[in-house]
Amino acid sequence: MAHAATHDHHDDHHGAPSNFFVRWCMSTNHKDIGTLYLVFSLLMFFIGGSFAMVIRAELFKPGLQLVQPYFFNEMTTMHALVMIFGAVMPAFVGLGNWMIPLMVGAPDMALPRMNNLSFWILPFAFALLLSTLFLPGGGPAGGWTMYPPLSLQGDSVAYLVFAVHLMGISSIMGAINIIATILNMRAPGMDLLKMPVFVWSWLITAFLLIAVMPVLAGAVTMLLTDKYFGTSFFNAAGGGDPVLFQHIFWFFGHPEVYIMILPAFGLVSEIIPTFARKPIFGYKAMVFAIASIAFLSFIVWAHHMFAVGLPLGGEIFFMYATMLIAVPTGVKVFNWVSTMWGGSMTFETPMLFAIAFVILFTIGGFSGLMLALAPADFQYHDSYFVVAHFHYVLVTGAIFAIIAGTYYWLPKWTGRMYSEFWGKMHFWNSVIWVNVLFFPQHFLGLAGMPRRIPDYNVAFANFNMISSIGGFLFGASQLIFVGVIVHAVWFSKKKALDRVWEGAKGLEWTVPSPAPFHTFELPPVIHDEELAHGHVED
Amino acid sequence: MTRGASEWSPEAYFLNNVALGVCVVIGILVFGAMFISMFRFRKSRGAVAEKWSHNTMLEIVWTTIPVIILIVLAYLATGGLRTFADTTGSEMTVKVTGYQWKWRYDYVEYKGKAIEKVGFMSKLDRESDETRQLNSGLDPNSVKVDGYNTYLINVDKPLVVPVGTKIRFVITAGDVIHSWWVPALGWKMDAIPGIVNSAWTNIKEPGEFRGQCAELCGQDHGFMPIVVKALPKAEFEKWLAEQEAQAKQPAPAAPAAAAPATAQAIEAPVSQGHQG
Repeated sequence: MAHAATHDHHDDHHGAPSNFFVRWCMSTNHKDIGTLYLVFSLLMFFIGGSFAMVIRAELFKPGLQLVQPYFFNEMTTMHALVMIFGAVMPAFVGLGNWMIPLMVGAPDMALPRMNNLSFWILPFAFALLLSTLFLPGGGPAGGWTMYPPLSLQGDSVAYLVFAVHLMGISSIMGAINIIATILNMRAPGMDLLKMPVFVWSWLITAFLLIAVMPVLAGAVTMLLTDKYFGTSFFNAAGGGDPVLFQHIFWFFGHPEVYIMILPAFGLVSEIIPTFARKPIFGYKAMVFAIASIAFLSFIVWAHHMFAVGLPLGGEIFFMYATMLIAVPTGVKVFNWVSTMWGGSMTFETPMLFAIAFVILFTIGGFSGLMLALAPADFQYHDSYFVVAHFHYVLVTGAIFAIIAGTYYWLPKWTGRMYSEFWGKMHFWNSVIWVNVLFFPQHFLGLAGMPRRIPDYNVAFANFNMISSIGGFLFGASQLIFVGVIVHAVWFSKKKALDRVWEGAKGLEWTVPSPAPFHTFELPPVIHDEELAHGHVED
Repeated sequence: MTRGASEWSPEAYFLNNVALGVCVVIGILVFGAMFISMFRFRKSRGAVAEKWSHNTMLEIVWTTIPVIILIVLAYLATGGLRTFADTTGSEMTVKVTGYQWKWRYDYVEYKGKAIEKVGFMSKLDRESDETRQLNSGLDPNSVKVDGYNTYLINVDKPLVVPVGTKIRFVITAGDVIHSWWVPALGWKMDAIPGIVNSAWTNIKEPGEFRGQCAELCGQDHGFMPIVVKALPKAEFEKWLAEQEAQAKQPAPAAPAAAAPATAQAIEAPVSQGHQG
């Protein structure tokens, strides 16, 4: 439905602030803040990745060659904390910040100053967290899951708790901003059921964040008081229960992993229709599936605790509820395939990563289904089978989707085309080496190799060596990505069209490339045919 | 994963195989459709995009069929959970306690009779412990027992149990959370300070079964393995009688062995009595 509002004149009279400090440290602009989040997350990806390189280097051969066991545990703990809270989550927030206002026809996020604070908390939080590696007693080494009593040993507890609190505050404020923007600032005519799937995925993810980040805050605060203020929440000798922590943590932790994948689902649902030149199959089902997954994510947490000694009724309930999540997730996979089927596809780099996502995330989903079967999980739990599962869904899942989204929108952000040749080099190296890295880990788990060990019996040697080689090469190939981005931002000579991709639909493609500092200062006139989901019959 | 050596272990093995089979079939269908479409529906091949974007009947079908598959899997899995939870009818009870970084085994009762003072610590064998030190210069490949590599999966004193006997384990810990895992038995159970978990096994054939701690418990989490030695009943009863007899004798003065600075294992003293 067209609405009587004047067309947006792209007003460049007041562009970006010329002062560097004002522009980047005091930004209230969703595009610049989006860029800050994305650059930060790329830096954290390499830091977390370097910890992984230490891990895979030590695990290259049996025997201890490089690091002491305690430092190895610090590496596994920090690798996860940095990747989850420093790489994946900020990347999705960065993509959301950049694209949600553009996709709904809003001039900026609802709360621009809070947006700035949400970002700038993060470098401080991670400086605090990473500084613990230089403490005399070392950094946290009890796993990112921080189970007590182990996590209470050592002297970095307070730093870890404060860092987690800061990250949580950042996420909660960011989530509030997203909900306020989506619910209040859509241009007239941008009905909820005409929004891009990516916007829906972020709307739902934001509710999950607000619901569970406070729970994590509660859990880590109880760790802090148990350590320093004489409480016994998790200390049986004082009347408490170590398993209580696990329940509270995973009540946060399971929705957390869906927080890390729902925006990825949204990204893939934008990219595949563009390059298949065909609308997403089953738009309403896709939105409903995301909502169902989010709802179900609250009632499955104890599947992370099948070996803890839960009562039989609990094991049965959590097993059934966990298996149920396969249904809406399967619907999404079938719908992506049905979007491809009957399309007219080209395979530029974003599409390659999106297709790889569908295949490899599904493989991660298969191992997830196997893990859901509690009697089988008695063998898989805390083995490399779990490590393989979550790396498939997080690396070939979330990270590949983030990379796909970056290639997809980079020309819109920079106004220049990236090098398609080097993008494809990045893709093929990534997809091959990531499988060399993680697929053998399924077999290691099935063969009985536990998690979080720095050394192992020679029976596990061959697959560990293969996995480590995959790790080194996968890590190295991410440097190609940095090169592609640097070239696209500063050196590329190829200008990008406004509608960068032939099959792309949606409001973000109606603004120039590069997108001006201010866009949609007046709401755009929305023409349903131009939207990806303007005519929704199902 | 193997079928395992106990009465229950085939449950996990069976479920693993059935679930894997289901996933492989679904994978072939889904990935097959994707690869076909990537070939057939490419723009470079002249494909023209269809206009349709929904089909309610299809959505119902591919929601309902997975639900049916899941119901079948759930049914198959529920039986295994219920039999695992049922420790009644046990003929023997063994207490397992996890410590940083070793296990303790105490024999509680056998065939209805309480056992007095048969218990011992079980830790990483000395050869593995020396080899695993950072830059030890020793080769893990040469840590062997009877030609079989036992690097990091051997202990100084294994848990000795009878075959063909339903054995109940009561499992706890003395400091942080550990987890007692022997893949051949088919399960693991967390050892949590302040909580006593129970599990059971019934080992079918004699043999030695090896496992490892399966919950991060600090620096030597990877260095506190488990060995279960299953003996024919008569041999076990003889072994048990010997242990009980030794426990009744006063313990000889323990050799004054100062612990070395590194975490190297010491030969356990001859006395099998109650060790602190």
